[in-house]
Amino acid sequence: MTNFPWLSVVIFLPLIGALFILLFSRGTPEQVSRDARAVALWVSCITFLVSLGLWVNFDVRTSDFQLVEKSVWVPGLDLAYHVGIDGISLFFVLLSTLLTVVCILASWESIHERVKEYMVAFLVLETLMVGMFAALDIVLFYVFFEGVLIPMYLIIGVWGGPRRNYAAFKFFLYTLAGSVLMLLAILMMMFEAGTSDMTRLLNFDFAPSLQTWLWLAFFASFAVKVPMWPVHTWLPDAHVEAPTAGSVILAGVLLKFGGYGFLRFSLPMFPLASLEFTPLIYTLSIVAVIYTSLVALAQEDMKKLIAYSSVAHMAFVTLGAFAANTQAVEGAIIHMLSHGFVSAALFLVVGVVYDRMHSREIATYGGLVHRMPVYALIFMVFMMASVGLPGTSGFVGEVLVLIGLFKANSWVAAFAATGLILGAAYMLYLYRRVIFGPLTKDSLKDILDLSPREIAVFAPLLILVFWMGIYPQPFLEVMHVSVDNLLERYHSAIAAHSATALAAR
Amino acid sequence: MPIAAVPNFAIAAPEMFLAGAAMALLVLGTFLSDAKAARTVSYGCIAALIIAAVIVMALNNGSRTAFGGVFILDGFAVFMKVLILVSAAAVIFMARDYLARHDIDRFEFPILIVLATLGMIMMVSANDFIALYLGLELQSLALYVIASFQRDGTRSPEAGLKYFVLGALASGMLLYGMSLVYGFAGATGFSALADLFKASGGAPIGVIVGLVFIMAGLAFKVSAVPFHMWTPDVYEGAPTPVTALFAVAPKIAAMGLFIRVMVGPFGDLGGQWQQIVVFIAIASMVLGAVAAINQRNIKRLMAYSSIGNMGYALIGLAVAGETADAAVRADGIRNMLIFLAIYVFMNLGTFAVILTMRRGGRMVEEIDGLAGLSKTNPMMALALGVFMFSMAGIPPFAGFLGKLYIFQSAVQAELFGLAIIGVLASVIAAFYYIRIVKVMYFDAPDEAFDGPISMEMKTVLFVSFVFVTFFIVFPTPLLTSAAKATTSLLGG
Repeated sequence: MTNFPWLSVVIFLPLIGALFILLFSRGTPEQVSRDARAVALWVSCITFLVSLGLWVNFDVRTSDFQLVEKSVWVPGLDLAYHVGIDGISLFFVLLSTLLTVVCILASWESIHERVKEYMVAFLVLETLMVGMFAALDIVLFYVFFEGVLIPMYLIIGVWGGPRRNYAAFKFFLYTLAGSVLMLLAILMMMFEAGTSDMTRLLNFDFAPSLQTWLWLAFFASFAVKVPMWPVHTWLPDAHVEAPTAGSVILAGVLLKFGGYGFLRFSLPMFPLASLEFTPLIYTLSIVAVIYTSLVALAQEDMKKLIAYSSVAHMAFVTLGAFAANTQAVEGAIIHMLSHGFVSAALFLVVGVVYDRMHSREIATYGGLVHRMPVYALIFMVFMMASVGLPGTSGFVGEVLVLIGLFKANSWVAAFAATGLILGAAYMLYLYRRVIFGPLTKDSLKDILDLSPREIAVFAPLLILVFWMGIYPQPFLEVMHVSVDNLLERYHSAIAAHSATALAAR
Repeated sequence: MPIAAVPNFAIAAPEMFLAGAAMALLVLGTFLSDAKAARTVSYGCIAALIIAAVIVMALNNGSRTAFGGVFILDGFAVFMKVLILVSAAAVIFMARDYLARHDIDRFEFPILIVLATLGMIMMVSANDFIALYLGLELQSLALYVIASFQRDGTRSPEAGLKYFVLGALASGMLLYGMSLVYGFAGATGFSALADLFKASGGAPIGVIVGLVFIMAGLAFKVSAVPFHMWTPDVYEGAPTPVTALFAVAPKIAAMGLFIRVMVGPFGDLGGQWQQIVVFIAIASMVLGAVAAINQRNIKRLMAYSSIGNMGYALIGLAVAGETADAAVRADGIRNMLIFLAIYVFMNLGTFAVILTMRRGGRMVEEIDGLAGLSKTNPMMALALGVFMFSMAGIPPFAGFLGKLYIFQSAVQAELFGLAIIGVLASVIAAFYYIRIVKVMYFDAPDEAFDGPISMEMKTVLFVSFVFVTFFIVFPTPLLTSAAKATTSLLGG
């Protein structure tokens, strides 16, 4: 089935599902909600299964883009509907489709109002996320990248907490401000290279002075998305106010846009500027690792704590990406995937008790292990994965990044490693306060353990955390050739430039 | 000595038809009973505008002039005229319901709009300063009257008067500029002036001063900063359908005129006027974004929004002032036309929603009046939400592509400062657009608006919604026609 349009199906199936819900749900509000949930779950499950077909059909031996589809979109400007995946983007597509299923299951009971619109928003979001990772036309990429703002803005604003207006506006305007500069850079690239085809842009050598500006414009966008210190402040607000599933998607997929962007655009397209700015990335990332870990230690709100830990974890990703050697880059990708599962799961963990107690304050809880043993166990696994315990996915990513980073710059590696210690500190401290200790609070006396539906939500994430932690080979194998190709492009461009610089002397 | 060429009336057929139709309908209106007159004449006017648009399209065949060269019909004029005629027809269509409910359902209203439209389509066909001025004044006088059409209120006559006084001032400046140009260059025809400046490779200082006055007058008509002061007051005071008209048809006509005057007679003086256009573009974008933040009245908000949007459109004109590369200039104009066409659809849709905002028989103009619209009328909220995201330039809606094209031109012409200020202003502007979405979706519902929504509104709303949403899937037809229009303007 080589001609089957796998990617288009994965991209547009959720959108069709969303239209179906919008147009054909009739009846009483209860019926509409029930139908919307069912349709959304079915559509997202089918989409996930189809997206597994991408992996099955993926050829790990080539670094070319695969399952490519291309058709004319805007003839005059040479824009095309052009999608395809390589070893770097494949898993992000899968991550998006998987987490959408998880999100829909997780919101099954916690969302009562406007269920129809909620499900539509998530399905539209899925289309945009998958499209973003699969796009091979730079304008198409931007359309998906920016389009994500609309459903996410609504998810935070409509179903969010008490300060949702502030959080939604902050999220929207921060990210928009970053991306519009990227839009100008994209236009500049199209103007210089005469094409919007990313496969050709990836091999186009931009003039060194221009690279600097283009890199900075892309950096403005990706740094906000990652988010890097000091433009991370929208993230805690957005996470705290967003509904549980919104936080899951935000941490699980949207933050990966930045890391993916660095790997897809900044490194291969502007190698010289990337090299030039590596110290900047190192500095900002190390500040993020240490500073946000310390901030996390002081949090009283569980979601805020996990949000700050996300900033610290994503700093590892940027460190790995710009260390620019095989281990570090592969580690960065693995770490992004792992963070996708783990932080998503941790937000779900918070969501479980939030649904019961309607509080995210750590002080509300304590001694939950006595009433909720299964919950305590699951929480522990993900907590350990976040800390980077061997055997979990977090370990693989962090170790690979640190090895690669040590090769590139041992001082940076040493500072980054302190993040592991601090990470263990704040996560264990959180766990102790919530789970252990005597169960003294009256409100917690009859709290219920996980329901089967909730266990079903965690099950796939648990499996992935252990699978990737114990046997990461299937994942590494897929990305290996693509990563090598990326690094070869990066290093050869730098070598060529220094050769001409020498010759000029 | 040659006798004046026999006028080629055929290419002015739409104008002549529209003038005849307006007068015939005026006579018809006086003979019909009051109850029937307004309705019949309105639909007659809509039919006349559509027929005129069809004639215009049928005449689309290269660039031709008439009346001794003062009147020109080229692809550019055709594109602008179709846009103007269709949007004017849509406004008359939408106004039906409003006029009936506000007791101002008179048959003069559609006829005045037709006369204004006649002025507008003459403007975009003007190839001489005298012809330009005739069209402009016909348009303006008709518009002054309909701005004060709700004459038993206090705000509408005030709006009309304000518009009249400031409009007359702008016309005066325009005329003064024209007379200076005539005095120093000795011609009023666009082709003659263009040849003159091309041959001499520059222009005497008197012409430059005249050019500045002409630009001031035109900037007033497109409501660009610093000649925008009338816009919010007139938008707010005029009856809402008139505001809808102001937001679309006259803006398109004035932009068409602006383009033709700048790239026509003064095309070789790009170095002189480009910096002025850059300045007013930046000022309009920034003011349109910043001043709208604190508006509570949605009509005033739309006024600032249109000021800002005109700023974006003017980027295209600034690019056309770049004399170095003909292809870049052409792209600038083409992208400006695309932007304007998208702007028309977004505005018509938005005003269709504003016109249905009625509670207890009274119009609601406060933005907060939209609270919870997503619950009381989900479809309308969805449509307005799409228009707002589109105006903010968020993909995948049409407004994004409009801005994309405009900025593409700016980057090609290496006007980086303009482009960067433009995108940053669009982020500021996004704040007030998404605030409307916030009011509709996040806030607790207010009372529902009076129903049911009239068939006319539904039609306009549906058409603009479909256009704005699906433009990104099928952008080619508009792109091709805009490209053709540009070629005929610059290539001829």
